[in-house]
Amino acid sequence: MYDCLIIGCGITGAALAYELSRYELSVAVLEKENDVADGTTKANSAIIHAGYDPKPGTLMARLNVEGAALAKEICQKLDVPFQQIGSLVLAFDEADQKTIEKLYRQGKENGVPGLELLDREAVRSLEPNLSEEVVAALYAPSAGIVSPWEYALAMIETAVKNGVKLYRENRVESIERLSGGWRVTTNAGSYDTRTIFNAAGVHAADIHNLALPEGFQILPDRGQYYLLDKSEGTRVGHVIFQCPTKVGKGVLVSPTVHGNLIVGPNAEEIEDGEDTATTGSGLEFVKKMAMRSVPSVQFRDSIRNFAGVRAVSDQEDFIIGRASEGFYDLAGIKSPGLTAAPATAKYIAQLAGQNELTLKEKKEFTDSRRRVRFNELSTEEKNALIREDPRYGRVICRCETVTEGEIVASLHTPVPPCSVDGVKRRVNAGMGRCQGGFCGPRVLEIIAREMGISPKEVLQDKAGSYILMDETKTGGKNHG
Amino acid sequence: MVDLIVIGGGPAGLAAALAAHEQGLSDILIIERDRELGGILNQCIHNGFGLHYFKEELTGPEYAGRFIEKLEGSGIRVQLDTMVLDITPEREVHVVSREKGYEVLQAKTVLLSMGCRERTRGAIAIPGARPAGIYTAGAAQRYANMEGYMVGRRVVILGSGDIGLIMARRMTLEGAKVLACVELMPYSGGLNRNIVQCLQDYDIPLYLSHTIIDIRGRERVEQVVVAKVDENRRPVPGTEMTFDCDTILLSVGLIPENELSKRAGIILDRRTNGAVVYENMETSLPGVFACGNVVHVHDLVDFVTAESQRAGAAAARHVLEGPAKGEAIDVKTGGAASYTVPQKLRPENIGKTVDIFFRVNRILGESAIRVEDEAGNLLARYPRERMAPGEMEHFLLPKVLLEKAQGRSITVIAEENEAVK
Amino acid sequence: MKELICIVCPKGCHLKVDEENGYQVTGFSCQRGEEYGRQELLHPTRVLTSTVRVEGGLHARLPVKTNGVIPKEKMMEAMRLLDDICVQAPVKTGQVILADILGTGVSFIATRSM
Repeated sequence: MYDCLIIGCGITGAALAYELSRYELSVAVLEKENDVADGTTKANSAIIHAGYDPKPGTLMARLNVEGAALAKEICQKLDVPFQQIGSLVLAFDEADQKTIEKLYRQGKENGVPGLELLDREAVRSLEPNLSEEVVAALYAPSAGIVSPWEYALAMIETAVKNGVKLYRENRVESIERLSGGWRVTTNAGSYDTRTIFNAAGVHAADIHNLALPEGFQILPDRGQYYLLDKSEGTRVGHVIFQCPTKVGKGVLVSPTVHGNLIVGPNAEEIEDGEDTATTGSGLEFVKKMAMRSVPSVQFRDSIRNFAGVRAVSDQEDFIIGRASEGFYDLAGIKSPGLTAAPATAKYIAQLAGQNELTLKEKKEFTDSRRRVRFNELSTEEKNALIREDPRYGRVICRCETVTEGEIVASLHTPVPPCSVDGVKRRVNAGMGRCQGGFCGPRVLEIIAREMGISPKEVLQDKAGSYILMDETKTGGKNHG
Repeated sequence: MVDLIVIGGGPAGLAAALAAHEQGLSDILIIERDRELGGILNQCIHNGFGLHYFKEELTGPEYAGRFIEKLEGSGIRVQLDTMVLDITPEREVHVVSREKGYEVLQAKTVLLSMGCRERTRGAIAIPGARPAGIYTAGAAQRYANMEGYMVGRRVVILGSGDIGLIMARRMTLEGAKVLACVELMPYSGGLNRNIVQCLQDYDIPLYLSHTIIDIRGRERVEQVVVAKVDENRRPVPGTEMTFDCDTILLSVGLIPENELSKRAGIILDRRTNGAVVYENMETSLPGVFACGNVVHVHDLVDFVTAESQRAGAAAARHVLEGPAKGEAIDVKTGGAASYTVPQKLRPENIGKTVDIFFRVNRILGESAIRVEDEAGNLLARYPRERMAPGEMEHFLLPKVLLEKAQGRSITVIAEENEAVK
Repeated sequence: MKELICIVCPKGCHLKVDEENGYQVTGFSCQRGEEYGRQELLHPTRVLTSTVRVEGGLHARLPVKTNGVIPKEKMMEAMRLLDDICVQAPVKTGQVILADILGTGVSFIATRSM
């Protein structure tokens, strides 16, 4: 019997696994997909929010501000790209000005450091490419940008290194109460545990309802994005927000840690929490709104569009707490869930520590992670590495300068990828302007070789997403 | 110090290196990132190459093979499996390879022949789900022709560029069903002969003024929705057609690969996405030349070869005789002409004539290319029966006419005959 | 009168062939075009390019072509002949891979060395 079973390995599940792995507990994580960080975590704005948005006194406000501080520390320890570039909330008129003043006061109350209200001139000197219409802005220097999937990966990898068991392709089908615990049955097996932590994102209500009477509803909310080429990556230097509305924080324009420009999202309620399709009208809206903030964004340099689904709930605050004996919900994790994740994890671990669990720190805990980023090394380091392993001399992804050595290394990490997109999330191969047009076939070949499978078995992303269908020249088979 | 470093061993790089060698340059190094020379021609196994240059019809590998054979014994050095990471304005070339690690090579002249890449789904924002089964036509071509894999069985092709048309036939011959070729514009971007022998031969419908408005499927493509577009290229409601397919191939344009050029500080032309070049294919960085699809996307490799030979010869002259001299004048565009290559001319550095290439941005019937000087004087006029965006145009401008030009620029104007009168 | 687009070269001339008057062709700009116009109506032919399996080479497939035209209606049948062929590297450009396709006298030849 496990002490803890975490359902869902997005950013919240990964952060909790990382937190719980500090203690002498047996912990397992169930993930329904073939990779971690495969839902909301891989498709969002990638922002570490400063913490002026949530209403003071809410759990969200507290976890946001604490999470932002923890993110900086964890990213440094676990080698995750993070840049504290600060954010601006733009005001276009008097109503907006009132809003940013309110955000300023909220931020102060929430304990956000360094907030400043800037007038037109001060904003323009910070960001010369902003619209002429901008009259003022709220500046939050503590906001940052992060690689959200690498953040989750780094935490789950570290957890696994410290003994946490990760079971992928395990979709929870039923949960029954045992004496002193639970039995969780998936499509692939059955797991007994003293405590359950429900971090199932858009499916959190379904998981809750398998074990307990209905408590809350998840109302999936889709947001669409543009990702632009690095040539647009310096169009702005801060995260540029518009004033928040009832439906969210509005369309932002921001650099990414990978050097691109991200633009989005819109907000649209949808039925199916897995529906990450983009739409013509959604993208059009995003484009129009973004150009209101930064009119000169060159959308002809778009390299990818995507949509993510936020696990918005029927409640204003996060739903984080002990739902029943041995059952904890970490649900309704909408924005700023990515920012809050490590604080959420600490909060819930402490709560469980006051109840079912005994939190005794491990004597030996590995709290570090490093990966080779060939592109960022000095000439001497590059040469030393290639001498040691010539595969670091073979560049596979030309847009992002990713070497065969890095791809092979990723395939032998504690949480190895099992698809071309999995490799992309780990080492950035295929993330650039050609979107894997050139390196895709090479990455596929390397995956097949390293995993000892046929190229036809290599996946693009999720289970079933095969890339190749048949061989040519198969003795007449293709010609029926 | 190497006399000439050629970046990219495709058709452009090969022709340029050989031309430089013929001009008497001996210390030439070709750097190629792939395991073999020939570039994209290696996967273009169809015929139709070489009619202009070799006066016979060759396949892509045969065309490349003829140049590769000429390299043997020429003394031109080739470094395969080597990636160029940076070029500096001082012509230092930073490269990395398994065998030699990270090196910085100093060159007297550099020739850029990196070719182009395909536009992707993200570049044109096709809405819908993002399952597996969406490929650029070139990626599918590589899988089919070199690696021996079919990417799908029921295929819809978006874009009627030549690679898309060629792949419609290739996939059909290999047993796949190509359901449709869908083109946003009211005309095809590919050659007429390819519409006949790649689509019509196999009864594959071509939908002009149509586009994909939705992609469905969770793991793998299951359906695509195609709709007619109006004159502003907006989908027309009520015209939707749904195709059950497992694969979408994109043939929606090519983009010159100029990331190295940009980082080196070379001035690019936003219209071609390639370097701004002089009459001898020299870029804004003295001693750095460019040719082939990295400068502007060509329809025919034969023209790439011709352009590259001029660039290679010019690089050789730069080393042997010194930098090109003379004041430059600009080549501007008017009417339906959307760009020119070269964009700058130094009359002093031109022999008898200069070859000017351009494309039109719409289909023109009986028309003419006019060249005017800044004062509006007509320097030259070239009649044409028809001009189309899918077919690159060119004309030879005699130096004697250029010398008559007043002012600092000439303008190339493409107009239908009615407009001229 | 039948209208055709010539496929002999990238120029794509618009041909007119008069079936009732001895298949007279107009609209061509070269002799090969005139020949194509007549042939295309009488018995259309094509050059076929494809690949065969290759072992011990740089790639998994070797490109091949017919060293002359074959009747258009025999294309699919000719394709099937390639399904069971596997050649061993080294191969030279021009090497015959399959002689006398379907009694046409035309052969599949390698279009590169490997």
